[in-house]
Amino acid sequence: MNDLAGESRPARAPHLDALMARPRVAIRKLDFFYGAIQALKGVSLDLPDRQVTGMIGPSGCGKSTLLRVLNRMYDLYPHQRAVGEVWLDETNILGPTVDVTLLRARVGMVFQKPMPFAMSIFNNVAFGVRLHERLSRAEMRDRVEWSLVRAALWEEVKDRLGSPAASLSGGQQQRLCIARTIAVRPQVILLDEPTSALDPISTLRVEELIDELKRDFTIALVTHNMQQAARVADQVAFFYLGELVEVGAAAAMFTAPREKRTQEYITGRFG
Amino acid sequence: MSESAEHIVKSFEQELTRLSDLLTRMGGLVETQVASAAAAVVDRDAAAAARTVEMDPEVDALEREIEQFAIRLLALRQPMAADLRRIVAALKITAAFERIGDYAVNAAKRSTVLAQFPLSFSLAGIGSMARMVQQNLKTVIDAAGANDPVKAIEVWRSDRMIDDLYTAIFRELVTYMMEDPRNITPCTHLLFIAKNLERIGDHATNVAETIHYAATGQVLPDERPKGVSSAFAIDPRQP
Repeated sequence: MNDLAGESRPARAPHLDALMARPRVAIRKLDFFYGAIQALKGVSLDLPDRQVTGMIGPSGCGKSTLLRVLNRMYDLYPHQRAVGEVWLDETNILGPTVDVTLLRARVGMVFQKPMPFAMSIFNNVAFGVRLHERLSRAEMRDRVEWSLVRAALWEEVKDRLGSPAASLSGGQQQRLCIARTIAVRPQVILLDEPTSALDPISTLRVEELIDELKRDFTIALVTHNMQQAARVADQVAFFYLGELVEVGAAAAMFTAPREKRTQEYITGRFG
Repeated sequence: MSESAEHIVKSFEQELTRLSDLLTRMGGLVETQVASAAAAVVDRDAAAAARTVEMDPEVDALEREIEQFAIRLLALRQPMAADLRRIVAALKITAAFERIGDYAVNAAKRSTVLAQFPLSFSLAGIGSMARMVQQNLKTVIDAAGANDPVKAIEVWRSDRMIDDLYTAIFRELVTYMMEDPRNITPCTHLLFIAKNLERIGDHATNVAETIHYAATGQVLPDERPKGVSSAFAIDPRQP
């Protein structure tokens, strides 16, 4: 279906026709190694443009590893390597000539625990922008406001942009981290269990936010909360022991999955 | 896909078993109701008619219990995939069983009116139709208890014979009415009774479809095998 040896971008997976979206990210035959340990085995997966792909599976199944490949976070560590192809539009991001700093501006990441920098709310959002762009003071104010509005935090912080980020609640801090991520206007946002440290109402706020964000961004969401994947994701991928077992539209995955292992995992019969 | 592994949360597994048990119990009651109603008609057994009617409050109570239990499971366990399908199926099946019970009660009530008329013809046709409906009902209740899609398909396929028999009985009863106007009242009651039996067969088929979906995640095709059509028969599934 595609020329893996050549430089051309692979065709989309057939099941995406149902989701009516072209893939923004195309992962092909991806293996990943932590030293001698193989954490991903031949994973091929498309992330449809401006849709949420939920990644589920038991601990150690490789879903967080996959996120770390998508913005080459693993580059920071020796002995970790990825083999295969990951296409972001027309670029294979695993290629040797890829500028990793630029890649991380195109593929932003939000972590499990909100980790605001020890600076003001304003500077938390402006920080990443200053690394990549030279904006005037007015432009920067606009960008920070745009990001905070998109992150559904603006109304709560607009009168105290100079306050330390640490003064915000946990849920607000996580939305601040999302604002910081989208401030550099990425194409893809990676969310690694973004609500696992939040209370239920803050969780719903973040879920509502993800729903809004998918109008502009392609989103990959790792979650241990199956209901969250069901609520938020358009497409769901189930991983087990480093393999992609099944991927499909969320509605199909949670009502009638095809694979026995998927069925057992999502109904709580694993073992 | 039948269940293999046990749920990690044992109490949930027990609740699912209880749901199946409640459905089987309700199915058993309804099966008895239909059998009594058939005896009331064919054997002109007034006591059987009374038993059919008396059982109805218990059937209705079980329907409410199953419905509430299923809603509680949906809210508290947030089931997925096969579990979700099974619980939603229970909601649909309990409603179908309740309707089947109502049709049996209606047939039983008509049998007491029918008993006041001397009959100059045999009730063999209605008797065989009642037996076929009871057989399908029994199979579908067993299939519901065992979550067995193969048995369910068996019922789904054989509803056609019941429809054919209904058409034949319709024809037969119209002939008796033409022969002698004194037959009109009892034959009209018998027509309604046959219609009740035919509806019971249809509901058993619906239950079979629901079981098939719950067990496999696959929907059976809209078109199922249909009986013959003639001037005497309309397609009972058309509105």
